[in-house]
Amino acid sequence: MATIRNRVILILVLIGVSVWALFPRNVSIRQLNQSGVWYDTTERHVPLKKGLDLQGGMYLALEVDESKGAVANKPEAIDRALKVVRNRIDQLGVAETDVRKVGTDRITVELPGVTDQQRAEQLVEKSAFLEFQITDKTNALDKVMPRIDQIVRSKGYDKATPGASPASPGADTTKSAISSLFTPSDSAKAKADTGKAKGAAATKGAAKNDTSTAKSDTSDTGILSGANNGPFSRLIQPGQIPGEYFVSTSDVPTVSRYLAYPDVAAALPPGKMLLWGTTSDVSADNKVTPLYVVDSKPIITGEYLTDAKPATDPVEGNIVQFTLNSEGGRRFRQETGKHVNDYMAIVLDGKVMGRPPVIESAIGTRGQITMRGQPLQAVQDLALVLRAGALPVPLKVVDSRTIGATLGKDSIHDGIKAGILGVALVVLIMLGYYRFSGFLAVIALGLYVLFTLALLAGLDATLTLPGIAGMVLSVGIAVDANVLIFERIREEMARGKTVRASIDEGFRHAMSAIVDSNVSTALTAAVLYWIGTGPVKGFAVTLICGIAASMVSAIFVVRTFYLLWLNRTRGARQLSI
Amino acid sequence: MLRILHDTKIDFIRLWKITTIVTLLFMVPGIIAIAISGYHYSVEFTGGTLMQVSFPKAPDVGDVRSTLDAAGIKGAEIQTFGTDTVLVIRAQDPRSVAQQTRGAESVAGDITGALTKKYGPPPAFRVDRTEAVGPKVGGELRQKAFYAVLLSFVITLIYLAWRFEWRFGLAAVIATAHDILGTLAFIKYLHLEISLIVVGGVLTMIGYSLNDTIIIFDRVREDLRKRRKESLYDTLNRGVNETLPRSVLTHTTVFACLTALALLGGEVIRPFALVMMFGVVTGTFSSIYVAPVILLWIERKWPRAVGERGGVGPRSMRDTPSSTQQQQRRKAAGES
Repeated sequence: MATIRNRVILILVLIGVSVWALFPRNVSIRQLNQSGVWYDTTERHVPLKKGLDLQGGMYLALEVDESKGAVANKPEAIDRALKVVRNRIDQLGVAETDVRKVGTDRITVELPGVTDQQRAEQLVEKSAFLEFQITDKTNALDKVMPRIDQIVRSKGYDKATPGASPASPGADTTKSAISSLFTPSDSAKAKADTGKAKGAAATKGAAKNDTSTAKSDTSDTGILSGANNGPFSRLIQPGQIPGEYFVSTSDVPTVSRYLAYPDVAAALPPGKMLLWGTTSDVSADNKVTPLYVVDSKPIITGEYLTDAKPATDPVEGNIVQFTLNSEGGRRFRQETGKHVNDYMAIVLDGKVMGRPPVIESAIGTRGQITMRGQPLQAVQDLALVLRAGALPVPLKVVDSRTIGATLGKDSIHDGIKAGILGVALVVLIMLGYYRFSGFLAVIALGLYVLFTLALLAGLDATLTLPGIAGMVLSVGIAVDANVLIFERIREEMARGKTVRASIDEGFRHAMSAIVDSNVSTALTAAVLYWIGTGPVKGFAVTLICGIAASMVSAIFVVRTFYLLWLNRTRGARQLSI
Repeated sequence: MLRILHDTKIDFIRLWKITTIVTLLFMVPGIIAIAISGYHYSVEFTGGTLMQVSFPKAPDVGDVRSTLDAAGIKGAEIQTFGTDTVLVIRAQDPRSVAQQTRGAESVAGDITGALTKKYGPPPAFRVDRTEAVGPKVGGELRQKAFYAVLLSFVITLIYLAWRFEWRFGLAAVIATAHDILGTLAFIKYLHLEISLIVVGGVLTMIGYSLNDTIIIFDRVREDLRKRRKESLYDTLNRGVNETLPRSVLTHTTVFACLTALALLGGEVIRPFALVMMFGVVTGTFSSIYVAPVILLWIERKWPRAVGERGGVGPRSMRDTPSSTQQQQRRKAAGES
């Protein structure tokens, strides 16, 4: 009888371990609060990870964007990008995020509980390349303006205006086209920028607003009076500070198109570059976009940045304050010292942020980026991406899935309802058909569910909606082993064998069929694991765990029950099966 | 003791001509339909954007469509999902997919923007789910799904060849191929969208149906060892009959679970449950009518040393037949 005792002990141990594995425990979650301070919260829950489809959240897959030129050494670039993305996601302060490299060229990001798709995509896609460039004070553009006019006119560029009719600015497409012309980053990012502008009701600086109002008044008259009537120069009006020009936003696509022609680009002043600023409203139907001529060589870049944090200035509004490291500070001091009374453009991803301030004296390690008119969250996000560092290569989102928290909750409810109905039906069938033996199988089924969940928790697997379906389905499949055994026992009893012998034979003969069928199901589940993404992988894992658990519960546990029962009844003649 | 279909002696295999006709009647129109109009693939496979949006009150689908059309999202497919307050918008025509390449979120953003303009900002509507898949990811997944079905085929073939004898393995794989074709036709008839979860259903179905065939073959193998005088035809019939109670009971329980999933499991799971429900039916059918019949055919074509054991042909299980009867039957089977 030692073997029975050992069997019972083993089952009790398995139950104990399973219950322990599933026992609610304290999990501390590190999160970032509104004011940018990390704090830990402790939650008590069952250690079963819920997939994004059950708790709501977002999945993103990113790849290197090569639409603007090939990237050399992609594997290395993606590794560095992975660090930056992970850094940014960590700073977001969302619990249980997952950032990983898939294959050689893809980064996947899982953000449980985050459903603001636009914001998240911006956070991971933003290049966040910061440069400080001195604006041109030599009127270099004015000097080449006649030459550009001539090129445009002689080549007939002003006649071909495909899709860029200045009368109707197609807000989205045109704007993204511009920024993609000038930014090293990809179109997706440009798109994101546009979205931001839309969402934030356009960016505007108060100071710039005043001047540009005045400016555009004069510029209108300028156009009408025909002071500059070249096809290029008539669209561009000088601004108030050196190197600043204004273009009516509706003309921005035309100007960008001119500038994109290689011969026009070649005619631009050497050592200078043209960058767009942020659009501002003069009035509801008159928007201007500043265009800045700056020195191509930045005096310093964001690589020396050590910290950036959002702040609100009573005069400037929302700002991002940044700190440079000591080497950066030294260089910055030196460079700004050389450029006192010049204007310095703060360029982020190829776009001039705010109006370039005048350098009154040498600046040290601290500075700020004015983000007036931007919502606080945009400012916080900018500080975050600056802190986390610039992306070494432009990335684009190739796959994005978002599931609302409500839908996730509904899915859990549906899954549980279906599970209860399914199990109830199986229990009824088993009890109705096999009576006492069916009862043993039902108890084993209870243990089967316990073991499967414990195995999932132990493997740190993720429970997904298809995973729940897999559980429900495998309840049906799990009883198959018992059905096979019981039918065999019935056959053996029909041949006139004793109850004990029939049970022994039944288990022995059913064994090979059970093993074969379980292995074949497990093999297809393994293939499914290989192709699946998140939710379907969850299904495959659940199915495999279910198969393993059912082997234990249907064979070992039920056999032990029978042995116990045979011992109690001392050589029973009848078996209710 | 409650027993159903106990100790039956049905000559299942005799009906193989009828069942073949039934199978062909089911499959051929489906396969022709697939050849003509193909499948409807989900966003995961084609690339594109899917949005599930729920409204407090049932919106007019035509209204939503014209709103999206006006916003430049042309050719989007709009359907109610479960209840009429929930809509699923699929923008997966080539143009939307091309737009996708420029930025994965763009189409979803445009749709949200258009809906906000029309119905006001959320809570006037709520975005429950968004899937924005680039064409490259979709293409990869298509390829992977194809390889997965192929791979599961090869793996099961190897496993069966190792566990059984190659004739058994081949018969089981052909039965599985039958199930896959049947399921593909079924998916076409029900106009189900081919999504990853449906492919998951097909793969699970392969495992399940194979399982069923294995159980019968396992019994046949055992009987072959025990009853060396019986013909293979009779042994196969006996195997099917002996495992019949098990088949009925297991299929009933699995079917019950799948019915529960199809009824209560929600819209996402329903296609999976339907595919599996059909899989249970076709799996049962093929393990009774396809796998044994194919095995008999293989045995005739490449016989092993069966002569000493009573041959391949049929022999009645009730009466002990004379050798002439057996000859006649074998001849009849040979002619057909």
